Amino acid sequence: MAEKILMKGNEAIAISAIRNGVDGYFGYPITPQSEVMETLMKEKPWETTGMVVLQAESETSSINMIYGGASCGKKVMTSSSSPGVSLMCEGISYMAGAELPCVVVDVMRGGPGLGTIQPSQSDYDMIVKGGGHGDFHNIVIAPASAQDMYDFVDWGFELAFRYRNPVVILSDGIIGQMMEKVELHPAKPRRTAEEILEAAPWAVTGKPAGRPRNIITSLSLDSDIQEVFNQKLARKYAEIEAREVKYTEHLTDDAEYLFVAFGCSSRICEAAVDELRQSGIKAGLLRPVTLYPYPFGRIGELAGQVKSIMSIELNLGQMVTDVRLAAGGKCPVGFYGRQGGNIFTPEEIVEAFRKFNNLK
Amino acid sequence: MDIADIKRPENLVYRKPALITDNVMHYCPGCSHGTVHKLIAEVIEEMGIQDSTIGISPVGCSVFAYNYIDIDWEEAAHGRAPALATATKRLCPDKHVFTYQGDGDLASIGTAEIIHACSRGENIVVIFINNGIYGMTGGQMAPTTLIGMKTSTTPYGRDPKLNGFPMVIADMIAHLDGTAYITRQSVHTAAAVRKAKSAIRKAFEYSEKNIGLSFVEIVATCNSGWKMSPVDANAWMVEHMFRKYPIGDIKDVLK
Repeated sequence: MAEKILMKGNEAIAISAIRNGVDGYFGYPITPQSEVMETLMKEKPWETTGMVVLQAESETSSINMIYGGASCGKKVMTSSSSPGVSLMCEGISYMAGAELPCVVVDVMRGGPGLGTIQPSQSDYDMIVKGGGHGDFHNIVIAPASAQDMYDFVDWGFELAFRYRNPVVILSDGIIGQMMEKVELHPAKPRRTAEEILEAAPWAVTGKPAGRPRNIITSLSLDSDIQEVFNQKLARKYAEIEAREVKYTEHLTDDAEYLFVAFGCSSRICEAAVDELRQSGIKAGLLRPVTLYPYPFGRIGELAGQVKSIMSIELNLGQMVTDVRLAAGGKCPVGFYGRQGGNIFTPEEIVEAFRKFNNLK
Repeated sequence: MDIADIKRPENLVYRKPALITDNVMHYCPGCSHGTVHKLIAEVIEEMGIQDSTIGISPVGCSVFAYNYIDIDWEEAAHGRAPALATATKRLCPDKHVFTYQGDGDLASIGTAEIIHACSRGENIVVIFINNGIYGMTGGQMAPTTLIGMKTSTTPYGRDPKLNGFPMVIADMIAHLDGTAYITRQSVHTAAAVRKAKSAIRKAFEYSEKNIGLSFVEIVATCNSGWKMSPVDANAWMVEHMFRKYPIGDIKDVLK
């Protein structure tokens, strides 16, 4: 049986990176995620797996270090929190444009601006709808536990290399700071030079005689060439949308009311659902695990089954626009949220639910 | 001797470096970039390190350096080449990693990246083309633009009260413990070209010794941006640019 250890979500990210054969981590301190780099520095993986860990001079630099490392076909990652991820958006866009795989962890805090250091989910739009300039998508996966933080690092790299696309683990201050038991799956070694050549024949590894030079770039000055490239990206995104949607459901089979919530909010919502069930109300929960691609199809199906849907988020209502889109007018869609680093209780959610549905 | 004999390959005293591709260069006639590209290609060829060299190109006129030198390349966002190079070298320590950056890229938007790469002592080579102007975007002021110099954003000449003073990057980074070799060269005469080539070769050799960052500044012309003929631009560079940016070695930790 795999070992179980009590640790913070942020620590789980670091330990998972070492145990899953990540080649490099480049980051810059920011609350509430500094434990990721602190844990890596304490563990000294360069002495065991050979993993490179470096504190960069800024988030701008971290993401561009990731660009450099990913260009070489290496598994490289960074982590930050909301204001730092804003700075990284330039680099994320370049990596999408150069089709580079990487994993970026955003442990969200309240904003806008410097905001607060408490948990929030207010980067949904920035990461799921954008993440930088231009026509592209990040693959976005949303952990709801320390175990997810551990597991999503490896899953993230799988997706990143399968599609040559940036993957964002969209976490938050609760999941990053909360301590939970984490099962450490068997370790996976770093890839050898030969394995990298096989997995990433496009990588910049030094040009041997006889192969054309490999060039990593997102530049094209010819509109027709750029359009062909954009359309190639569109086909990739269509494949991602067809193959990679992931969600979990709680008591939806006979549900008459549905909640949709991701990350830490889904944990709190689950308690609200259970509370409502105890008072005889058939509530259920759908938790999108992938935010891009989004489970539009399943939410749409459930919209035809339930009397209403509520999107529960730690922001002013960002994901709710996707829930409305998925529901397609089949049932009313409501929203409840807290902001600025404040967190709702299950009781608050139940109260908001009763108010929205005119239930006593 | 017949002309046909003279043209036989064994009689040639000069040829295009093997690592310069056949792509038509987009640089303006008289521009220094082509010469510096040639020197880098020659050094890589002569050192026999084509299969272990990774170049990082910038944003600016030399963004397309990857079209001309036959090695593997990464094309960076504006100013970020030293960050890419840092990770590339640390993850692939057996490779020769160099950045090729202009003064807008390195001395303006990328100041943080170059200073910190120098400070960390990354074992990379930086080729810095300083022509005192933004070429690609149409001749705007660079941090290295001389006082009084006219550009499209200093149409009445650079005024220190309005625009501040020229930045002398090579001297600034010489104070950082992480730099190993810093030199300033030019490519406006045959003699200067030979010296610049030796400097580039030395920088690549130093990067194998793991003693810190090597930095070769090339004071260069941008005759289109300066609105001069190539010959006049060379003369103007010698008279004005060399006064602010004197040619010669600035730091060599092995001397």
